[in-house]
Amino acid sequence: MKRLVPMWIAIIAGFAMLFSAFFPATESLGEIFGDAFNVIAAIAFVLGAGSLAKVNLEKISRKDQGWGYAVITLICFVATLVVGLGKIGAHPNPNFAALPWSGEIQQEGAVFQWIYEFALVPITSTMFALLAFFVASAAFRAFRAKNVEAILLLVTAFIVLLGRTFAGVVLTGWLPDWASGLRLENLSVYIMQVFNTAGNRAIIIGIALGVAATSLRILLGVDRSWMGGGGDK
Amino acid sequence: MKLSRGWIVVSLVVAALIGVRAFTGGGMGRVYVKSEAVSIDVPADAAKGTAATKVEWTAWAQVPPRVYKAAEATNPAQTEVVFSWGRTIGLWIAAFFTLAIFSFLYRDNPAYRFTEAVIVGVSAAYAMVLGFWETVVPKLLGALTPDFVKGWVLPSLSDQGPAQVVAMCFALVLGVLLLMRLSPKGGWISMWPLAFIIGVTAGLKIVSHVESDLIAQSVATFKPLVAFKTDATGAVAAWPTVWASLANILVVAGVLCCLTYFFFSVEHKGLVGKGARVGIWYLMITFGAAFGFTVMGRVALLAARVEFLFDDWLWLIDPAGKRVVETMSMLTAW
Repeated sequence: MKRLVPMWIAIIAGFAMLFSAFFPATESLGEIFGDAFNVIAAIAFVLGAGSLAKVNLEKISRKDQGWGYAVITLICFVATLVVGLGKIGAHPNPNFAALPWSGEIQQEGAVFQWIYEFALVPITSTMFALLAFFVASAAFRAFRAKNVEAILLLVTAFIVLLGRTFAGVVLTGWLPDWASGLRLENLSVYIMQVFNTAGNRAIIIGIALGVAATSLRILLGVDRSWMGGGGDK
Repeated sequence: MKLSRGWIVVSLVVAALIGVRAFTGGGMGRVYVKSEAVSIDVPADAAKGTAATKVEWTAWAQVPPRVYKAAEATNPAQTEVVFSWGRTIGLWIAAFFTLAIFSFLYRDNPAYRFTEAVIVGVSAAYAMVLGFWETVVPKLLGALTPDFVKGWVLPSLSDQGPAQVVAMCFALVLGVLLLMRLSPKGGWISMWPLAFIIGVTAGLKIVSHVESDLIAQSVATFKPLVAFKTDATGAVAAWPTVWASLANILVVAGVLCCLTYFFFSVEHKGLVGKGARVGIWYLMITFGAAFGFTVMGRVALLAARVEFLFDDWLWLIDPAGKRVVETMSMLTAW
């Protein structure tokens, strides 16, 4: 019961999605299942919120090291939730002005939009920007031109990096027109269009075959490892 | 984490420099907004028994500082373009967050950990709020209680069919079962919604990956190995033809060699081994290009953050000409 019912739910739901792509009569079934999937995923956020609250409250109650940060996390979580669910500062939709709740949540003037603009965007984009330093530093330490493969990787990275900067244009700008293909900016484009395309295409084809095979194993009930508790039994 | 004396000194120095900058020239880090009065007549609704009324509010749009200066110069008593406390505080908070994250380049510190705690809480709630307003309300509540949703938040909601209503009831039950994961004894039943999610994902992925990746990429690889290129007169151009043909040959050969490398059912010896080796070279070039591309993307983001600090916050540069007046006044002040 504990393993049989989930397996059949997965098989029925999966084949319904699969058939919806092939039979026009079942096309709407695929859309409905897709909507149900989105709703369950949205309800799953409640699970995430419960987990977040539990972990942080435990940290606070035990007075673990850095418990003050757990307080900040919870305050920010609750504050964002309140202003978002309450649509605080949001004006009604001009087409339905009689309904105060009809306005978009992400509009100019809404507190939720303020949080997005002045907290979420700066922090996430700066964190990604920070990766520039760490990637460069890791590459400097790890990349060694020891064999042909490593040399190819290094040289390509160097050409692509330089080819997309002004320095690259200046460095090889002196090359005559008949050798313009060797200019770094053109080399970079050629690498991206030819070698990168070929490599990526093979990777994508490999991934597609892998995903299709794994999905089929799940739909046929061969692979039950997703249920946990020890493999395919 | 205890604040060391070094950090306190650095913070005080930075604060002092910002203070000096704030009172030099045209100042820094201020945001101005322009008001627009919105007034909408709401007709009477006989069905609901409501009388005709008028809904009014003021919308505020951000404007460059030069617009404020121009408006002030024209009429000092004007109230249309004004200083925005809310946005200015937001700008300073964003600047603090940006600097706090960058401070991690030196080492872990309280400012970074504070910002990290903020983003964990905010992003979790952000995803939850969007999930509620964009999925739960229109899809779930819209199907189960359409009249309530239409009269509350979405008057334009289209009527849902009975199949949709049944599916949403099903989704609600599965969603509630998913929450059983938090229960110590009923956790096993949360496997049912998980099974639904896995089944739907598997069914969707087979179709989408085979259609858009496997077939589309394979079809795109069938290129003519001799690609004729013509010039303006319509005659075959020799060198462009050679380069285009070479590019096609390299792409086809590269895909075949990489796939040979991925094929482990045959031992990589002889011709297969040589093909696989060429495939590895292609893959190394691909990884190198991906690395270069990723670094460039991150550097572009870094440039955007630095531009935010120097342009929007410190008002030290003005590439978009947002504060022509301030820049000039700062120069004359120096």
